[in-house]
Amino acid sequence: MTEHDPEKLNVAPGAPHDSMLSETVSYVIGLALALGLTAVSFWVASTSSLWGPGVATGLVVLAIAQMGIHLVFFLHITSGPDNTNNVLALAFGVLIVFLVMVGTIWIMTHMNANMGPPPEMMNLQMQH
Amino acid sequence: MSPIFGKLTFAAIPVHEPIALITSIVVILALAAIGIWITANKWWPYLWHEYITSTDHKRIGIMYIVLGLVMFLRGFADAIMMRAHQYFAVGQDQGFLAPEHYNQIFSAHGTIMIFFVAMPLVIGFMNFVVPLQLGVRDVAFPTLNNVSFWLNASGALLVNVSLFIGEFARTGWLAFPPLSETAFSPGVGVDYYLVALQISGVGTVLTGVNFVTTILKIRAPGMSYLRMPVFCWTALASNLLIIAAFPVLTVTLALLMLDRYLGFHFFTNDGGGNSMLYMNLIWVWGHPEVYILVLPAFGIYSEVAATFSGKPLFGYRSMVFATMVICIVSFMVWLHHFFTMGAGADVNAIFGIASMIIGIPTGVKIYNWLFTMYGGRVRFNVPIYYLIGFMLLFVGGGLTGVLLAIPPVDFVVHNSLFLVAHFHHVIIPGVVFAIFAGYHYWFPKAFGFTLDERLGKIVFWCWFVGFNLAFMPSYLLGFWGGTRRMQHISDPSWKPWLGVELIGAFFIAAAPLQFRGPPRRPRRGSLLAPQAEGDRARGTHPGARLPAHRNAGEYPDRRDRRLLQFALRVRHHLVHLVARHPRPGRRLRSVRVVRVARRA
Amino acid sequence: MSTVSEAPAVGLTHQGSEDTGLGHRGPESKSIVVPYGFWLFVLSDMVIFSALFATYASLVHATDGGPTTNELFDRNLVAIETIALLLSSFVCGLAMITAKRANMLWTQGWLLLTGLLGAVFLGIELYEFAKMIGEGAGPQRSAFLSSFFTLVGCHGAHVTAGLLWLGTMMAQIWAKGFQPHIMRRLLCYSVFWHALDIIWVAIFTIVYLIGTLP
Repeated sequence: MTEHDPEKLNVAPGAPHDSMLSETVSYVIGLALALGLTAVSFWVASTSSLWGPGVATGLVVLAIAQMGIHLVFFLHITSGPDNTNNVLALAFGVLIVFLVMVGTIWIMTHMNANMGPPPEMMNLQMQH
Repeated sequence: MSPIFGKLTFAAIPVHEPIALITSIVVILALAAIGIWITANKWWPYLWHEYITSTDHKRIGIMYIVLGLVMFLRGFADAIMMRAHQYFAVGQDQGFLAPEHYNQIFSAHGTIMIFFVAMPLVIGFMNFVVPLQLGVRDVAFPTLNNVSFWLNASGALLVNVSLFIGEFARTGWLAFPPLSETAFSPGVGVDYYLVALQISGVGTVLTGVNFVTTILKIRAPGMSYLRMPVFCWTALASNLLIIAAFPVLTVTLALLMLDRYLGFHFFTNDGGGNSMLYMNLIWVWGHPEVYILVLPAFGIYSEVAATFSGKPLFGYRSMVFATMVICIVSFMVWLHHFFTMGAGADVNAIFGIASMIIGIPTGVKIYNWLFTMYGGRVRFNVPIYYLIGFMLLFVGGGLTGVLLAIPPVDFVVHNSLFLVAHFHHVIIPGVVFAIFAGYHYWFPKAFGFTLDERLGKIVFWCWFVGFNLAFMPSYLLGFWGGTRRMQHISDPSWKPWLGVELIGAFFIAAAPLQFRGPPRRPRRGSLLAPQAEGDRARGTHPGARLPAHRNAGEYPDRRDRRLLQFALRVRHHLVHLVARHPRPGRRLRSVRVVRVARRA
Repeated sequence: MSTVSEAPAVGLTHQGSEDTGLGHRGPESKSIVVPYGFWLFVLSDMVIFSALFATYASLVHATDGGPTTNELFDRNLVAIETIALLLSSFVCGLAMITAKRANMLWTQGWLLLTGLLGAVFLGIELYEFAKMIGEGAGPQRSAFLSSFFTLVGCHGAHVTAGLLWLGTMMAQIWAKGFQPHIMRRLLCYSVFWHALDIIWVAIFTIVYLIGTLP
């Protein structure tokens, strides 16, 4: 009644757009992958068999992969033409998130380095 | 502290401050008078159903604009008090405003002008114009639209209440910590500021969601992206920025609230807090905010340029491209507001270069407006005056902005009167003139009659001359070492310049005085008059062609149809209520009860 | 002029792949407009969390001599929380599938499970917070703890709101059935719930795992 175009030229974000079996399969695959990546993340964080400084980067990559799995398998964000508006909105959001986080961390690291308390006082502030 | 009233005592009423006290009494009396006048005329039902609870984008747009204009009076009163005080506080003189009061005034001036004048006015125009330009019935979420308006208005109300009860913040319009922390601002001023902005911020984000959805998903058949009017493109960019930036404001103010109310340590001096983080976050919001204001203003100028030159806009695609580039790059320049805070040369350089880059698409737009006028039949109505005034002045303001984008220069003039001159130099010709141009341009669309051209031009010249007198000397004073927000000026040789600025302020003050009432004759064919449907249906008023009452296939909910029938019944009763009390000398709008065709 | 055999302006007169805009179709239906608007709102929520993450990253070392990440975080609890929320997300997806088929029993069942798993997550988180506050590591202790409690607490508040919304949805589905506007709300709810799990992925990686690296 409200959808007057069977070609589904535009799809609501989050709406599944397939037959029942492939919908369920999509969720199951998403769950399996996400569980797997979570397990790998925990393992990476606690193992000593990886090069130390690379661990943090690896964890971030795994997290991004997990988020991607959620987006594709749970939220059904695909690259089809019916999903373009949703993808564009997501891309804009991701850009802003990236700018805010990376920009703030970059700026604050420099600020703290240049404008932090003198070294004698540093010890009191940052016992880590 | 009382458990029920907290910090509220009778001491909150400003009996010892004559200016605040007299203002409070006058305003309360004026509000009471207006309330009595409305009640005596039995206008409350009409106002309630037709405006206050209206979900119609045109009505909501008008409410926003009224809110902005009313708050402008208070913001401008603050401005003229500052200018007058500064003139009288030079050298040996101490002026008439104590520092504690002066600090509240400049904080209120900035807060009100940005949040409760410029934002409502710009959002009001977007509300009124965008659905009409897109050729659709209303925005995507009309009830949410109404809620957004009242959230904004509640914030404005709180700021106004602070004049009568308690005090306002003394921390400037951005409330930097540690000054805004409890240790240094124990009073209620910062609380008023925080709560008012949080409430109105929620309303604004909802507006952003509403308009992006409308522009992307609800347009007339056949209107692809590159057939949209340029004002809709700028509205899209502005609302995308609202969605992107206002959440950061919400977070930042919330963190400050947590510091103040729950004793957290985000920005405090002790406990590991870092007040530089506040500066960073607040300007992550603050820079896109000014582009949220200026992009729709540029859109208004595009519309005015095309209409009053009798030519299509020059370079439509480049306008669209420039708008979207400004939208994206505006999120990459925020550090230029705190070059001097110590991020170092590398970081400063990157943001400085980005700040200069953002001037390029703006320049593209200026050229496009120029080329639109070139070779056209320019009609010198009031809106084109504002456009030309804008083009002359804004370029100068933008150039001082490019100057400030150079970190070594900024180190000299940061937070000086040079900076104050710069941002007024871009905001007044940029945003304020656009609002007036749009006001003159679209007023007939809203109300069915045109504004007086002669008075409009007088208003323009008051603003043009007044602005130049009021702000150009500040550039000089800034170079000579004048800091912003000064309650007392120690150098007597500046007094003549401050006098020039005060005269400029008086010129601007003359502008609202040009207001005259509406004409006596009834206005038929207005877009808003509910009884003019006959005209609309016949299309006799050129500006009043609306789409059909319901677009086919749109919102065919059972509930909506029942709501429509209920609303029609209410209107039927109201119409007869009004018809019972005709007033002498005022011919009623002709009353027609219209039968609405039942749609399946 | 247009002939009788031409399709109306609002409708299907061309393929969708020509443009990303609406072209000839006119306004989208409510079942697309409402979830899109909600999607935008969820993205604005993501920006809120990005600002909180940025704050956390800036203040993570500002412990003021107080407790640090290594002393406070228990990875086992975090693992249980993560699995609970992930399963909750998965089950919510199953609920959407059965709701589309208007199966009341299975839908309510899956939704109930979603809520229970979410409550497990919330319970563990509240336990963790109470333990930390009891040890004197509350949010007023240091900037790091302020930012930790705010970031994780904000996510927890969203989860709480999500559980309240879930209860409301279950009641509405029970009372009114699977009408179009109820389905729209359910779709918005599932988008919200999945988005919360996405945020949690970022939290457990950055706060709990990277924060406690040896």
